[in-house]
Amino acid sequence: MKAGDLGELALRNLREALLRNSLTTLGVAVGVASLVAMLSLGVGLQELASKRLSQSGLFNTVVVTPRTNLRGLGRPRPANSSPSRASRPLDEGARQEMERLPNVVEVYPQIRFFTEVRYAGNPYTTMVAGMPASARGNGAFDGIQGSFFSGPTADEAILQIEFAKELSDHPSTLLGEELVLRYAERQALGAQTGVSDPVNGDSDDGAGSGFSIVPREKKLRIAGIVETEPAAGFGGFGSGRVLIPLEVAAALRAAQVNDLRDVVRGTKGKPSYASLTVRAKSPSQVEGIETAIKNMGFSAFSLLDATRNLRLFFAVFDLLLAIFGSLALAVATLGIINTLAMAILERRREIGVLKALGAADRDVKQLFFVEAGVMGLLGGTLGVGFGWLIGRAVTWGTNIYLRRQNLPPAHVFSVPWWLVLGAIAFAIIVSLAAGLYPASRAARLNPVEALRYE
Amino acid sequence: MIPASDGVAVSAERVSRHYQMGSALIRAVDDVTLEVCAGEFLALLGSSGSGKSTLLNLMAGLDRPTSGTIFAHGRNLSEMSRLELARYRSRTVGMVFQAFNLLPRMTLEENVELPLRLAEVERSERAGRVREALERVHLEKRLSHRPSELSGGEQQRAALARALVNRPALLLADEPTGNLDSATGEGILLLLREIQQSLGMTIVLVTHERPLGERFADRIATVADGRLVSDGVKP
Repeated sequence: MKAGDLGELALRNLREALLRNSLTTLGVAVGVASLVAMLSLGVGLQELASKRLSQSGLFNTVVVTPRTNLRGLGRPRPANSSPSRASRPLDEGARQEMERLPNVVEVYPQIRFFTEVRYAGNPYTTMVAGMPASARGNGAFDGIQGSFFSGPTADEAILQIEFAKELSDHPSTLLGEELVLRYAERQALGAQTGVSDPVNGDSDDGAGSGFSIVPREKKLRIAGIVETEPAAGFGGFGSGRVLIPLEVAAALRAAQVNDLRDVVRGTKGKPSYASLTVRAKSPSQVEGIETAIKNMGFSAFSLLDATRNLRLFFAVFDLLLAIFGSLALAVATLGIINTLAMAILERRREIGVLKALGAADRDVKQLFFVEAGVMGLLGGTLGVGFGWLIGRAVTWGTNIYLRRQNLPPAHVFSVPWWLVLGAIAFAIIVSLAAGLYPASRAARLNPVEALRYE
Repeated sequence: MIPASDGVAVSAERVSRHYQMGSALIRAVDDVTLEVCAGEFLALLGSSGSGKSTLLNLMAGLDRPTSGTIFAHGRNLSEMSRLELARYRSRTVGMVFQAFNLLPRMTLEENVELPLRLAEVERSERAGRVREALERVHLEKRLSHRPSELSGGEQQRAALARALVNRPALLLADEPTGNLDSATGEGILLLLREIQQSLGMTIVLVTHERPLGERFADRIATVADGRLVSDGVKP
């Protein structure tokens, strides 16, 4: 029989036993909805976790430091060692070279220094960290009190909440207030003016040949207060309790640990950075960038292994959810087998007539197969819709709960296109598999016995 | 229409069909040899359970003999695969049953179109063929009616149209008047006779009503207890 005729006859048969076939299709839909809901939850949570981690800056950054052979410190390099593997200064040239690497968004130095902060006449010792403008999208700044820096060169500071509590019992009253940063400025021996800018690479402060320390003060307006230190514990944006714009931090030329190291080593020329932070477009590109930087002769470190474990965790999590979701579909499969088996009993005589009129076994089998497939297609499509609605309802309920907990809303469900197509295809395949036995049974029916059936 | 081989449309040579029912062996058809000539109208007479319908099913390729051979238009049905038998039923044979066996959810037009779908006849050709078949049985005005909306005689005429639509060489009718009153039954047999004469079709009629057989058939063969007890031109 031709495909068009097969389809027409199958649809006609399905319409005839409308109630029973609708209930079977609904069973498939519930099964698919359960599967889609479970997987959507898995995918949604994975996306949420990835987004949060990505925003934290932990997983799309590579921290670069000069390569140092601690075991061989002070010893001459072996004659057979490759020059490319030798320690290369992490200077402005290297920074610009890294910035030209594919998939790199930005490369900036970590500027962190211990210093004294004065507020209301009282001194407090703390860590100050420079923050790039791109840090505005960092997850740590979600729920900031006040605002992010008004500009990359604004004389503003953002305080970590614990430090703000040290300054005042009512941290929110600090917003708009002024604090004074007292720090040690690095000045080249013999330098006339402070025109250097290590971030922009036109430094001429001669750190390589020694420097002097000059105490300075900088007034900053408190623009915001954050709950957590951004990327605390990892290089990312540098953990500090007073955060200032990176360009402002660079312009301070505050003495850092690597200044002393450069003097000890007698490095000539431009000053080097203690470390650089390289931000990738996405966590998936970190590996390539890390390798490229290592090939340039630097040490590079990222939390790639941690993301691998995260992916492994979600793969297992999704698998478990899919297994639970599939249970309902397994029950629906039994429903299809039952419906088609009943249809064979009811249509036994009809099958006999079809065979007497010239239907081959193949025609009868295909007819039942198409009926099962159509139920799968309709059930799958309906099920994806139900699954999506369940997802919306769960997201809605979750967000009500999160709002009551004073937490920002979150999308815990995600129904990507591959899941939509995959679920429908899966429903069709399962339905066809369920129709396999009834269809074969119908095809094998003896036409003489079938015609005799009342 | 497939031409008959040497003027013989169907021939059964020492055909038996036995069934095992528990420990008992049922000899539904037992060592029957019979020839049906092309264009002939044969009536197979016999009482209920005599084996005449089983013999008809064997000729239709719906069943296979336990022993013996059946040739239809020169081909041995016993050697055909299930697919080949399905094609034989589709292209060579038309069948009419006592219970009409129209599909109740389909209209007359759709019922008659069904064998054309199974034979993969082009869609554009089908409407004309269906109308032609229904005109032959005088039901062209009942195209959109369902079987339940027709009388018994009309249903049997519709079944006849369905059997004719693929222009078969062999028409097998199993008690076509069994569910009809005598007048309507006669009408159906008149129609069969007319079709046989106008189309030159071979017809095998199974019936237990000897008068009808004697009136309409060219030849009468009688079956009793699975055996052919008489075969000859009607008196």
